[in-house]
Amino acid sequence: MTDQQVPGGPLMGTPGDDGRFGEFGGRFVPETIVPACEELAIGFADAWADPAFRSELDALLADYAGRPSPITECHRLSDQLGLRLLLKREDLNHTGSHKINNVLGQALLARRMGKNRLIAETGAGQHGVASATAAALFGMECTVYMGEVDMARQELNVFRMHLLGAEVRPAKSGSRTLKDAVNEAMRDWVATVETSHYCLGSAMGPHPYPWMVRELQRIIGDEAREQCRALLGGDPDVVTACVGGGSNAIGIFAGFVDTAAELVGVEPAGGAAVGRAVPGVVHGSKSYLLQDEFGQVNEAESISAGLDYPGVGPEHSHLAEIGRARYESVTDAEVVDAFQLMSRTEGIIPALEPAHALAWISRARSELAGKTVLLNLSGRGDKDVGQMMEILR
Amino acid sequence: MTSTAPPGVGSLEAHLRARRDEGRKLLLPYVTGGYPDDWPRMVEGFAQAGADAMEVSIPFSDPMMDGPTIQEASARALAAGWTPPKVLDAVSRIDPGVPLIAMTYYNVAYHAGHQRFATDLATAGLSGVILPDLPLEEVGPWVEVARPAGIETVLLAAPTAGDARLERICEKAQGFVYAVGVVGITGERAELSASALDIARRLKAITDKPVIVGVGVSTPDQAAEIAEVADGVVVASAIIRTLLDGKGFDAAVDFVGELRAALDGG
Ligand SMILES: Cc1ncc(COP(=O)(O)O)c(C=O)c1O
Repeated sequence: MTDQQVPGGPLMGTPGDDGRFGEFGGRFVPETIVPACEELAIGFADAWADPAFRSELDALLADYAGRPSPITECHRLSDQLGLRLLLKREDLNHTGSHKINNVLGQALLARRMGKNRLIAETGAGQHGVASATAAALFGMECTVYMGEVDMARQELNVFRMHLLGAEVRPAKSGSRTLKDAVNEAMRDWVATVETSHYCLGSAMGPHPYPWMVRELQRIIGDEAREQCRALLGGDPDVVTACVGGGSNAIGIFAGFVDTAAELVGVEPAGGAAVGRAVPGVVHGSKSYLLQDEFGQVNEAESISAGLDYPGVGPEHSHLAEIGRARYESVTDAEVVDAFQLMSRTEGIIPALEPAHALAWISRARSELAGKTVLLNLSGRGDKDVGQMMEILR
Repeated sequence: MTSTAPPGVGSLEAHLRARRDEGRKLLLPYVTGGYPDDWPRMVEGFAQAGADAMEVSIPFSDPMMDGPTIQEASARALAAGWTPPKVLDAVSRIDPGVPLIAMTYYNVAYHAGHQRFATDLATAGLSGVILPDLPLEEVGPWVEVARPAGIETVLLAAPTAGDARLERICEKAQGFVYAVGVVGITGERAELSASALDIARRLKAITDKPVIVGVGVSTPDQAAEIAEVADGVVVASAIIRTLLDGKGFDAAVDFVGELRAALDGG
């Protein structure tokens, strides 16, 4: 396979000051934090163009987080599914998921911008743990908001955050999950914007977050592309990842958007914002959003705390609309099967989130027969073992 | 009554300017559309107690700019089945005699469609709207549709903005300029923040439009203090707090009366 320019111009470029990806994105936030978003956009652009910043981040990613993450070829699963399955092993990163890539970049940026407190929201707790980790490393204060429901189902991660010295504040309104944690984090930021950095955990929110988080996560795709070329002599046929807010997916897609690889995002059936394709505005950007006939945001419902979110990052809505990526959804039951399948067949216990992508591959295996499929294994399943114990017993 | 309203000014702004120019300090209480059950009567009661205009909220599921008090009232209204059309229908049945301003979040307008939502607001008898998650850079397409429909879009001005930004906000604001009194979300505060006086002064120095301070104005004393600089106040959480505490209709109306008296130098 050769490089192919996608029709319609350069994709996944730098958005303009309006933070748009096609019609999606933007900056729909209270006036109080508009200046901070503007400063952040300028601060990030400046840092990202600064070789000193880049080399400091690269060193941290290598020596602290353990990058590059390997690609693992799944021989037994491939045989069983009738395709060639490769995993990008973000589960092997320090703290156990891709979230650390974004957090190390944002924490360095916060320090550069003179902010000594990190605010984070978290669903599964992986972004909260990564933020607490970076705060400990840099000697910063860290407050993590987490829905009460998620604090119960991801109890282990709550304790990890405490061990790392972070304060975990429960979000008690609405569905008491990720959506409500984002509301609380934004409210905190509105009140503390002069001293705090909002370390947003996915490729969503107001400009510059969707762009900044994509750039900080594109290392997944950039590495994987080189690794695939070394291993396969070309690009995979299909690149797939789970989609909550969409950071691990956008990170791996970024490495392949200008190739012929098909890009497939997998949403939970109970949180299929792209699948339903109704645009809306919440948490700072315009994107596809689960909502009722009056524009009230619906509560998502998913076995996976990290994907239990009614919205999606705006660039995914754009990629879906122009047809460059496609989005599928899987049920909780399919995810439970996939979780066990990967554990037993490859000796890798995946997080419930990337188990969604495997669930889709497994269901679509006749369509995928003989193809090379790269799955972004965004995190490991240790955090989910307690929850699965309850479900499988 | 001499009005200083320049030509082309909307009816909400003209009304507020006229009252201000009589030397009156403006009082804009807040009512949650849908809480408590008899909230439409509350709107009329507040008008009689001396409100110059009123904010009526259309509850939204994810009120990012609101603290626990208003969140709670919104959640109760939603749980009781109040949808935007129901709130607007109830508004259309009352006549408090002062302008009403809808307060909601942008997705409610976006999902309905700009044209339809603007028309629905106007048909219900509202004169303005506050959309706290639709800042200056994003507000254009909405204003283009809302203004011809007779809806003035109030813009927020926050203490975190630089002078150039405040000027652009004042230029674009319709009805009045909503000065955010604290760096933070809605909620009762024990003390008036120094930032409230500061933002009011900065805005008064650059605009002739009415400057009304909201967020963090909780007591009659605070209202009187800020009104020495600003043209008036929005009081929201403190009113809703009396209602959530079960003190009832009369206590809320009395509280609005106390705010009026304080503003009148009582
Ligand atoms: C392992 C893992 N993958 C994926 C996600 C979902 O986030 P995103 O869609 O931003 O990658 C999470 C979120 O908690 C996660 O922990």
